[in-house]
Amino acid sequence: MKAPPFDYHRPASLRDALLLLKQPDARILAGGQSLVPMLNFRLLAPQHLVDLSQIDQLQTCVITSEKIRIGAMKSQRELENSAELARVAPIFPEAIRQIGHRQTRNRGTIGGSLCHLDPSAELPTLALLHDAIFEIASTEGVRHASAQDFILGAMNPALEEGEILTHVEMPVWRPGHGFAFLEHARRAGDFALASAGILVAVDSDGRIARLAICIGGLGDRPIRLAAAESELIGAMPGKDMFDRAAAHIAALPAEGSIHASAAYKRRIAETLLKRALETACARAAHMVSVA
Amino acid sequence: MMKQISINVNGVTHTRSVEPRVSLGDFLRHEIGLTGTHFGCEHGVCGACTILVNGVSMRSCLMFAVQADGCKVETVEGLSHAGAPLHPLQQAFRDQHALQCGFCTPGMLMTLIELLSETNNPTEEEVRDAISGNICRCTGYQPIVEAAMQAAKAMREEKV
Amino acid sequence: MARQIGLSVERLEDPTLLRGGAKYLDDLSLPGQLHVAFLRSSHAHARILRLDVSQARALAGVHAIITMEDLEAYLGTVRMPLSASPTKAVAPITPYILSGREVAFVGEAIAMVLAQTRHIAEDAVDLIEIDYEPLPVIMSAKEAIADGAPKVRMEAANNVLNRMHVAYGDVNEAFSGAAYVFREDILQHRGCGHPMETRGVIAEPRMDGSLNVWSSTQMPHDIQTNIVEILGIDDNALRIITPEVGGGFGPKYCAYPEELSIPAAARMLGRTLKWVEDRREHCLTAVQERDQFWSLEIAVEADGRIRGIRGELIHDQGAYALKAVNLPYNSATAVPGPYMVPAFEMKVAIAFTNRVPASSVRGAGYPQAAFAMERLMDLVAKELGLDRAEIRRRNLIPPEKMPYTKPLKARSGAPVTYDSGDYIASQEQVLAAAGWNDFRARQAEALKQGRYIGIGLAHAVKGTGRGPFESGTVRVNPSGQVSIFTGAAAMGQGIRTTLAQICAEQLGLTADKISVVCGDTGLAPLGLGGFASRQLVTAGSTVLLASREVAKKAKKLASHMLEAAEEDLELVDGKVKVKGSDVGVTLGELARVLKGAPGYAFPPGLDPALESDVKWQTEALAYSNTSHVAEVEVDVDLASVKITRYIALQDVGVRVNPMIVEGQIRGGIAHGIGNALFEQMIYDETGQPLTTTFADYLLPTATEVPNFETIYRETPSPLNPLGAKGVGEVGTIPVTAAIISAIEDALAPFEIRIAQTPLLPETLFNLIEDSRARGLPHA
Ligand code: FES
Ligand code: FES
Repeated sequence: MKAPPFDYHRPASLRDALLLLKQPDARILAGGQSLVPMLNFRLLAPQHLVDLSQIDQLQTCVITSEKIRIGAMKSQRELENSAELARVAPIFPEAIRQIGHRQTRNRGTIGGSLCHLDPSAELPTLALLHDAIFEIASTEGVRHASAQDFILGAMNPALEEGEILTHVEMPVWRPGHGFAFLEHARRAGDFALASAGILVAVDSDGRIARLAICIGGLGDRPIRLAAAESELIGAMPGKDMFDRAAAHIAALPAEGSIHASAAYKRRIAETLLKRALETACARAAHMVSVA
Repeated sequence: MMKQISINVNGVTHTRSVEPRVSLGDFLRHEIGLTGTHFGCEHGVCGACTILVNGVSMRSCLMFAVQADGCKVETVEGLSHAGAPLHPLQQAFRDQHALQCGFCTPGMLMTLIELLSETNNPTEEEVRDAISGNICRCTGYQPIVEAAMQAAKAMREEKV
Repeated sequence: MARQIGLSVERLEDPTLLRGGAKYLDDLSLPGQLHVAFLRSSHAHARILRLDVSQARALAGVHAIITMEDLEAYLGTVRMPLSASPTKAVAPITPYILSGREVAFVGEAIAMVLAQTRHIAEDAVDLIEIDYEPLPVIMSAKEAIADGAPKVRMEAANNVLNRMHVAYGDVNEAFSGAAYVFREDILQHRGCGHPMETRGVIAEPRMDGSLNVWSSTQMPHDIQTNIVEILGIDDNALRIITPEVGGGFGPKYCAYPEELSIPAAARMLGRTLKWVEDRREHCLTAVQERDQFWSLEIAVEADGRIRGIRGELIHDQGAYALKAVNLPYNSATAVPGPYMVPAFEMKVAIAFTNRVPASSVRGAGYPQAAFAMERLMDLVAKELGLDRAEIRRRNLIPPEKMPYTKPLKARSGAPVTYDSGDYIASQEQVLAAAGWNDFRARQAEALKQGRYIGIGLAHAVKGTGRGPFESGTVRVNPSGQVSIFTGAAAMGQGIRTTLAQICAEQLGLTADKISVVCGDTGLAPLGLGGFASRQLVTAGSTVLLASREVAKKAKKLASHMLEAAEEDLELVDGKVKVKGSDVGVTLGELARVLKGAPGYAFPPGLDPALESDVKWQTEALAYSNTSHVAEVEVDVDLASVKITRYIALQDVGVRVNPMIVEGQIRGGIAHGIGNALFEQMIYDETGQPLTTTFADYLLPTATEVPNFETIYRETPSPLNPLGAKGVGEVGTIPVTAAIISAIEDALAPFEIRIAQTPLLPETLFNLIEDSRARGLPHA
């Protein structure tokens, strides 16, 4: 089980990387935690691999109370362990801890996961949950894409040939927001059969003032429950509200796998959604202003 | 297509010309003869190939040797030398019967070395989580957890 | 004689393993070696229409490509011999060394590429052009034996490998006179063995015509026999060596086509060849246990005592048989287990299917038998409204009936006799430890909080220590070094340490002073190898007797040298000493005398060498018994199961090294957890395996396996001088039954009956949904 031959490049600048990517049949090598197994199984045989690990610009990470901006080559584990991030957006460590195992989080990158786009991967779900903006570079310049526009399906990012995802930027919810990220897998660390990420803010009466729900693992990509989000504004957290949210799962596209049928995945998603909502609402502080 | 690389392994720098497609694990095992790092799957799931690269644990089957050019690599062979006493973690593995066939052991050891460098007082649950990416077919894991706890204790006491 | 048996001495194997210094097969590198990769069938059943290796052959770094035609010309045959069989195979049931005309499962080897590196060899495999004509595929053993089913292999007469009939007692009477008859259909699947080290072979032909073969195997002597037969090589010119083995668990119990094709090609070309199986190849080509379809009926008295059991078993053998087929036989005969079953009948059909051949995985058909029997016990308990422990108590063989002979025949034709053990006391003890009687209260309490917890109990017995013999030589060298040479196979279980302990006790030494050589046909030409929890009993007894001989001889010689009576001598610290004095002579000095010096006679009554060679024989099996209790919690909304507590009682006779025994039991239980909840080899309807990675075929990891509470009883077996019983498999056997019983108990409000293993979450989800659709659980 050995990789096919390829040429290896390790550019020191984004510019060089973009030029190298213009060679025929060139691919980006980020952390390699998904790409290398595919090479070892010979599911892919690129002629060139362009390793982005030496490009400082892709390693940056800016975290403020308004937004987080992460370089694509930041390792998952660095984010998991970032005290700053845990303070402003605690859903991140909660979710990232559930990605694979420590060895793969050490090596796996934010950008790698966001471009590989496994439907149950945690980072695309988080990106969608936060209405992330993806920053994409090419020799032509820089463009931006919303998470909705970028995440087109499994292994299908909205990247043109020669483009590199350089950063992802996400607005941070105000202090006091509730959050939860739950997933269920056959074994700890396996790809989730389904997952649910929640951000919630409640007003001073304890009613839902702002809500974001993202479900992973069901179909070919994570999906926002936009209809539920708007329907539940003003609702009082409680069993009734959780059930109403979960009722929206039935309408979502779902695909079965050898580990779980579509029906089973939906049941898992409903369960996780209810539980995650309960946790998130319980964690939310009652706030006068939530915008 | 060969690339010249230099990797420091357990304190010794090795300079070699390699094909880019040679994994770091294959490099360690077959280029420089350190066969203590094992391959159980070569697709990144079993953890037998775990080593430390610049101090953090990684799967050496999911990394090409060229990517480790200039890096500092630590493998099981660096933990203790024949003739010298075993590392406290190795000793704990022996005491607790945390290995049978020994095939998963180098990966377990290197994973736990990283955990114990982060905390010398882990809970049993943290240990189980840390090794959840390392498969062992022989032991049922319990003795490995017990060994990690014993080693943590030994390392705490050493510090005092 | 200082005690060694019974001590948890540190393993001799560990320091080298812990330092990464042990040499497994892939750690060996021989000068000038070429690397092998195989072209394997991508179809479950097809005719090969065209094979063109020219492009592949032309690739730089490729030395040769060998096909069935090449091998046939060289060997005169391309069919594997039938291993582990006293006679040669009569029908064409064994696989091809390389297949060239028809392939019958995905992964069957078609051609081998010999190249400078493994990378290049794999590149070349991709360049081989092959055209197939797909043929009908049979994936279900049930369908395979139906009338008019398409054939799994065109060359075979039909898809039935064999039918067996196992019976005793008056079954008709048992059923016609029964108060109740219950029936159950059970589907059982056991997956792969998956040692963490895969298989691998190195063959080194020498100029003098000799051949050294290294293989990661449990069976070096079987491989020796096969290679001699197929290559026509002089027995003495062939040596099979097992390096450090990274786990066996069954897949390495068979001699495989690669263990012939690689030595054959090496000799053909005069080149050293190395092949290391990768994990995908292991999933495709290493034996698995797979599917058994059971239909069972049990006849009981009004009080639940068993009158008889009858049923049918259809076993999925895969496309070929690598060795004499024992799995379904084990399964069928092991059903009565620890219970008194006066009348019994099983009809067994062994069917070919288009899958990789089936053979033993840890437990070898026994776990399926235990699952079937324990499911029946639970069924009777439920139907009669009895406690699950009570129904078992009424049917377990009581201690006063030991030794207990079942009217069943073992493979040797001898009756099956349980030698010892107190099954009822075992049950009582494990129930007390588990708090069985208090559980209902805990369960009711949990249910009030909406939590579904359950408890399950299962028993098993396992015949261990399969003979007819194992070899062992104990030798003291003039340096004082003590060595053991044995045909037993070390595959990670710590057998070296255990044998050293047994020897050390006899020679007044400690285990670390003894070196043990295993699995090398050059140093121990006779042997059977590692399987069926046999080596402690057989090799252990052999080493015990040989060590006693050596001790006796040492005393005899010392009595001459020290001028003391033998009774006044003792073996202490490597010396034969006069009791109560410092006068003594070292074992090394004694060995030097018995090594002989030209012209000097040996003392009267002594023959050369301070050594003894023993081949202890046995026909009977020593029966280990085990009683396990599992506690689970089921999350009914996620259809997920958590094992919250696991208590395992074993009676494995005398434990030579309790630490090693504990290791075997814990590892065995973990394997059973995999079988109960995780491990399934899945194929699509065209015969493509879908679980060929560790991300798809799920082995339990540290987060799924709980801590185990173990209890040991020690009823020595009267059948061997150690009093030992085997321990390698017994931990695995009752696990699926205990866990499934616990899940069913947890889900009692859903009135769910579980008659299959593994219980995958999808199945559990469907069962729960069905119950909900029936309005369960009642509010
Ligand atoms: S060999 Fe690298 S994870 Fe299995
Ligand atoms: S000790 Fe054998 S796999 Fe862990």
